Amino acid sequence: MDEAVIDVDPVEAQAPPPPSPHRIAYRHRLPTRIWHWLNALTVFVMLMSGLMIFNAHPHLYWGQYGANFDRPWLSFSGRPFPGWATIPSTYNLAAARRWHLAFAWLLVVPLLLFLVTSFLNRHAQRDLRPTREEVKPNHIWHDITEHARLRFPRGDAALRYNILQKFSYVGVIFVLLPLMVLTGLAMSPAMDAAWPWLIVFFQGRQSARSIHFICATLLLAFIVIHLLMVVLAGPFNEIRSMITGRFRVPPERGDA
Amino acid sequence: MINRRRFIATGASGLMLGGCDRLNNSARFRNVLRSAETLTMNTQRLIVPRDALAHEFGEADLSPVFRSNGTAMPDTSEYAQQLKENFLNWRLAVDGLVARPLSIPLGVLRSIPHRVQITRHDCVEGWSAIGKWHGLELSRILDAAALSTRAKYIVFHCADRFGDKPYYESIDLVDAFHPQTIIAWGMNGQLLTVPHGAPLRLRVERQLGYKSAKYVQRIQAVESLAHIYGGKGGYWEDNADYEWYAGI
Repeated sequence: MDEAVIDVDPVEAQAPPPPSPHRIAYRHRLPTRIWHWLNALTVFVMLMSGLMIFNAHPHLYWGQYGANFDRPWLSFSGRPFPGWATIPSTYNLAAARRWHLAFAWLLVVPLLLFLVTSFLNRHAQRDLRPTREEVKPNHIWHDITEHARLRFPRGDAALRYNILQKFSYVGVIFVLLPLMVLTGLAMSPAMDAAWPWLIVFFQGRQSARSIHFICATLLLAFIVIHLLMVVLAGPFNEIRSMITGRFRVPPERGDA
Repeated sequence: MINRRRFIATGASGLMLGGCDRLNNSARFRNVLRSAETLTMNTQRLIVPRDALAHEFGEADLSPVFRSNGTAMPDTSEYAQQLKENFLNWRLAVDGLVARPLSIPLGVLRSIPHRVQITRHDCVEGWSAIGKWHGLELSRILDAAALSTRAKYIVFHCADRFGDKPYYESIDLVDAFHPQTIIAWGMNGQLLTVPHGAPLRLRVERQLGYKSAKYVQRIQAVESLAHIYGGKGGYWEDNADYEWYAGI
């Protein structure tokens, strides 16, 4: 997930600095870059091994219980996800569980570290929290139309998150990923004994399993859009900035 | 264009998958993955209080139909004979590291005061069913047999076989002495049916369904699982690499 290091005070940014057409800015700190690439690996393994686990019983239910004689809200026949989408590529529930439950640690521990540090170093409050200005419908609509026309922020604005980015990063980091972890834990019979509120909160283990799958689908949607935006915004510059931290700032329109 | 893109996407995921499959075939990598099971078990044992109970539901929460899984009918002639006799001569043997080995007739097990619990059964495949179980706490059986201090695991030998391999399972003493761990003889107010493990089955409520072995004939207390069948503590553990600790 992207993290911008913003050295420029937004108010100062309004004053037109003399922008050099080839200005390089330091945009992502090292921990962010490591976390990003670790997640790129982990989330793919979690999704693909998760699809294999889903293949073992491709039916989803609401409530405390749910099995073959109960009424699913989503149901597939056979093993719906093909080999190219699963880990391993041939049906093996035990192996998929080994992958899933091992990589879960690589997802959970760094996520917890990130959540704690991003509040402590004020990254969350400073860079991710939408401002009152940004959440006004007019502003959001403006950003949507700009994106739809593929007109992305340039100059100093490219160093800050726009409101659509903020919504999606906050949604992924503070909502989707924690929900994935909590619904995953709610499916554990031992954790349910230790933390009975898990099952109370999600209204049943099968509901938790359904929410787990819905959140996974939303994460996949995020990844697809995220990759699409990287391609549209200039993949070389974007990927380099996530590897080296350095980002070539696109000049303001009319400057170049 | 679409086709080319799809071709590239399939090719790329094919490369990645080929890598995952190769890793999955590497014994060393599988051992790395397996070490996560130990980490998960130790963490859960730290977080989950020893006697924390699995949630017990009410009658209204029972699954209308509780599906069975695994063996539906053990196919040995011995079991067929027992079934014909209505399990009149079924006995539960308790041996291994115990001071007083036992052989308890089924009738005795069914006649002493027992525990009733309505719990959720979670299959490793993902489905859940809620059932009401009637049975005797395993801890009382182990106390009656005077478990040795050397014993670390309790092994359950079952009457059903997969091919030529007998089904068996094992748990450690934390689960063995848990108040909800019972040797059940009844389900939903009736005697166990054959698909659900008649005449005796184990219930381990804080682990996945495959730990709750059916058709239990013999309980053996041991110090190590290494020399029992495949050495991994259970039929599925030995033959399909399922986790021995199935708390998640």
